[in-house]
This record gives sequence, structure tokens and C-alpha cells, in this order.
Amino acid sequence: MAKKIRVLVAKPGLDGHDRGAKVVANALRDAGMEVIYTGLHQTPEMIAEAAVQEDVDVVGLSILSGAHLTMFPRIIELLKKQEAEHIKVFGGGIIPAEDVEKLESMGVAKVFGPGTDTRDIIKYLKQEFE
Amino acid sequence: MGGMRDIGALLERFGEGKTAAAARLITILEEGGDGAERVMDTIFARTSGAYRIGFTGPPGAGKSTLVYRLAKLFRQKEHEIGIIAVDPTSPFSGGALLGDRIRMQKLSEDPKIFVRSLASRGSLGGISNCTDEVADLLDAFGKDLIIIETVGVGQSELEIAEKSHTVVVILVPESGDGIQAMKAGLMEIGDIFVMNKADHPDAVLAAREIENSLRLKDIPEGNWQPPVLLTSALEETGMEDVIREIENHRRWLEERDLFEEKRRLILRSRVRDAFMDKLERKLWHDSSITRILESRIGEVYDGRLSPYRMVEELERLVTVE
Ligand SMILES: Nc1nc2c(ncn2[C@@H]2O[C@H](COP(=O)(O)OP(=O)(O)OP(=O)(O)O)[C@@H](O)[C@H]2O)c(=O)[nH]1
Ligand SMILES: [Mg+2]
Repeated sequence: MAKKIRVLVAKPGLDGHDRGAKVVANALRDAGMEVIYTGLHQTPEMIAEAAVQEDVDVVGLSILSGAHLTMFPRIIELLKKQEAEHIKVFGGGIIPAEDVEKLESMGVAKVFGPGTDTRDIIKYLKQEFE
Repeated sequence: MGGMRDIGALLERFGEGKTAAAARLITILEEGGDGAERVMDTIFARTSGAYRIGFTGPPGAGKSTLVYRLAKLFRQKEHEIGIIAVDPTSPFSGGALLGDRIRMQKLSEDPKIFVRSLASRGSLGGISNCTDEVADLLDAFGKDLIIIETVGVGQSELEIAEKSHTVVVILVPESGDGIQAMKAGLMEIGDIFVMNKADHPDAVLAAREIENSLRLKDIPEGNWQPPVLLTSALEETGMEDVIREIENHRRWLEERDLFEEKRRLILRSRVRDAFMDKLERKLWHDSSITRILESRIGEVYDGRLSPYRMVEELERLVTVE
């Protein structure tokens, strides 16, 4: 049996809808993954703590609010502080193309643009974490 | 994956109280096999009899919301808390959507509370097969109160009774007249019944029906008489009652030495389960059993040999004095 991929899907920040995050969470479940869904309005502290306790392979963040340049590095830093730097972070949502490289240099494993096909996300996760 | 895969190093980190190490060890327990056994061999001696409370009841009854409220109150009483929240694995994809944390978000702000979501994986009993082991690990990590939330599919929630000191059954007015609860065997396992969503006008009546069905059971005097409580986890009413009754039940068990007896029963059923698991695997892979099975299954197929006579022959290969 292949190893079960565990993913935490979170929606940080204050903007109030998580349809995209839910679509991704469901698609990953249907692809055989164990998806921990934590809901809306998460602070970086809450996300990192949950990711550590759940021992996920990877955290997926859905960001619409433009806070990505602070949110991602903060979570990565918090994971490191907890000796959990093995937990990778990827993201999607509305992220301008010119920020993608910046995020990747900050340690974000992968950034998916708006309207990404969930099959591409699944393919990526299976490749990296199975 | 990478990271701290070395079990020895993980156990050391675990001893230093590192959350990441505890979480990693839980994953190893979930995977089972030699790694899990090795972890248990070390962990088990470090457990100190944490109190285990099971929460069960139909999907959507409010188990997670209630657990969240209670965990916050228990923290005010200086308890350190481990929460194991089980959600179902999809039999089709093998995946799982673990959503109990949505109701417990704020608990992630308190480092004295450890929440772990588990997928039920192969288990049919409404909890994961490694629930006991994970509870032990959290116990050894310093949690003195372990809360287990079951899947609550309403089939066989009985396993939770074998694993907890106190079982809280959560029902809601819309789950009907208590017949559902009886069918699911919930009336048998509950030490405390909670009619949640008491903000709903039908709750009082529904609670009375549960009281009636409990009365019909005619529990002998001197036995624990399960109370029926009204709560609204949403509006945070009735929470103190639940805490008080959990404490009452605990005291009741302790005063009668039933606490220890329950612990003995729990451990006994664990040894049995682990033994049967191992035995099953061992026998099913045994070469002489496989040989006979393969050479004669054709006769069963042709109808010359009944499955039961086949079993009898296989059984003869296994001797137990
Ligand atoms: N009106 C009302 N709604 C409640 C109450 N308690 C919980 N809910 C709501 O009921 C829904 C399900 O609550 P959960 O706590 O997730 O229920 P659960 O039993 O853990 O659900 P599963 O784990 O999916 O079986 C949520 O929308 C809650 O907000 C209550 O006392 N009153
Ligand atoms: Mg729940």
C-alpha cells in the first residue's frame, strides 16, 4: 500500500469565503489523501500548530487577501521553530506572477495560480510526497 | 518525507516534550508494524493512567463543538488535554476529509492541548484501530485527560465503550424518538446522555423520551444511573452540567474500585485484539495452511466439500493445548 499523504488545507486571513479551499480539500480526499480541513480565519500560529500536531506532509494555503508575502514566510518560520521544517508549504489563490519567484525563494514549495485544475495539484502532491 | 525518521531520536525528543516528535510518533503508530511496536515498548511504561472520555453520537450532533467547549473548561481546572478526533475514511478512494478541527480552531492557541485527527482507515468500529495506542502516547506525553470523538456513523459505536472510562452519548432532537439511539446500541454504552441543540424547541421532549427508554431498561439499583442532560454547544449552555456528571461518574468508578477494574478490562481486550491480529496474519501466511487451501479449494468450488469441512481440516493443523 502506498503511503497516505496527509495535507492540511487552511484559509488564513480575514476574507470570508473558502469555496476554493473546500473544492481542493474534496478533490484531494477523492484522490486518496487524508485532508485536515481547518476552516476560515486562521492565524499563522494556529495553522503551524495544527500542522505540527497533525504531522502532515504538506500545508496548502488558499490566499485571496494579498497577504501572501507575510503569511507564507511566517508559517514557514513557525514550523522551523517547532522543529518541523520537514513540513512543506504550498499555496494558491490570487498571487501576482511577479511574487511567485519571491515566494519560492522564501521556501514555499509550490505556487498555483488562480483557476488551477485540481488534477495538477494532485499530480504535484503525489509526485512529491508519496 | 525525510525529517526525523529515526525512532530512537524521536523518542528522545518526545521525552523533552517536543510536539513535533509526539506527532511524528503518532504517525508511526498509525502505520503499525515493527515501528509501532517499538514505540509502544518505550511509551507504555511512561503512561500514568490518564482518564479517557469517549464522545459518540450521530453525525452532526455537535460532538466536536461540545468537545471544544468542554476542553476549554477542563483547562481552567488545570487538566492537560489530548483530543483524538476520528472521521471516516472513504471506502472508495481511501482518502478522508478530517473536519473536526474546524470546530476546535481556537484550541490550537493553547500548547497544553494536543488535538490529533485520525482517519478510521480499515476499522469498522467508529474509531481508528490505533486509538488506544495514540491515547497511550498522549498520556505518556503528559496529558491526564484524553478525549476521543468517534466517527458517529451510528453502526457499531460499541468499541468506544471498551476504550473509555466514561462514555458520553450526544443526541439531538432531530435524531428522533430515541428509537434510532436504541437501534444503534447507544443506550447500552452511554454513561451520560446529552441532548444537544437544546436551543431547538423539541429538545426537552426528546430528552424526556431518552429518559423514558432508560427507565425501561430497568437498571438495577446500585448501578450507575445515566443522567440525561440538555446542552446547547452553540450557545454554550449546560456545559457545567456535563463536566459535573463526568466528574461524578469518575468518582463513582473510583469509589468502587471499578476504575482499576475497567483499566484491567481495557488492557485485556487490547492484548486479545493484538494477539488475534498477529495470529491471523501468521496463520493466513502459513505455508502448510496455504498449501492445503490451494490444493482443495477446487473441491469446495465443485460442491464436493463444504466450506465448513474445509475449515475443519485447516483447523486440525493448528494445535493449542
Ligand atoms: N443550533 C445548534 N447547532 C449546533 C449546536 N452544536 C453544534 N451545532 C452545529 O451543528 C453542526 C455540526 O456540529 P459538529 O460539532 O461539527 O458536529 P459533530 O457531531 O462533531 O459532527 P461530525 O464530526 O461530522 O459527526 C455545526 O454547524 C454546529 O455549529 C447546538 O447546540 N445548537
Ligand atoms: Mg465532529
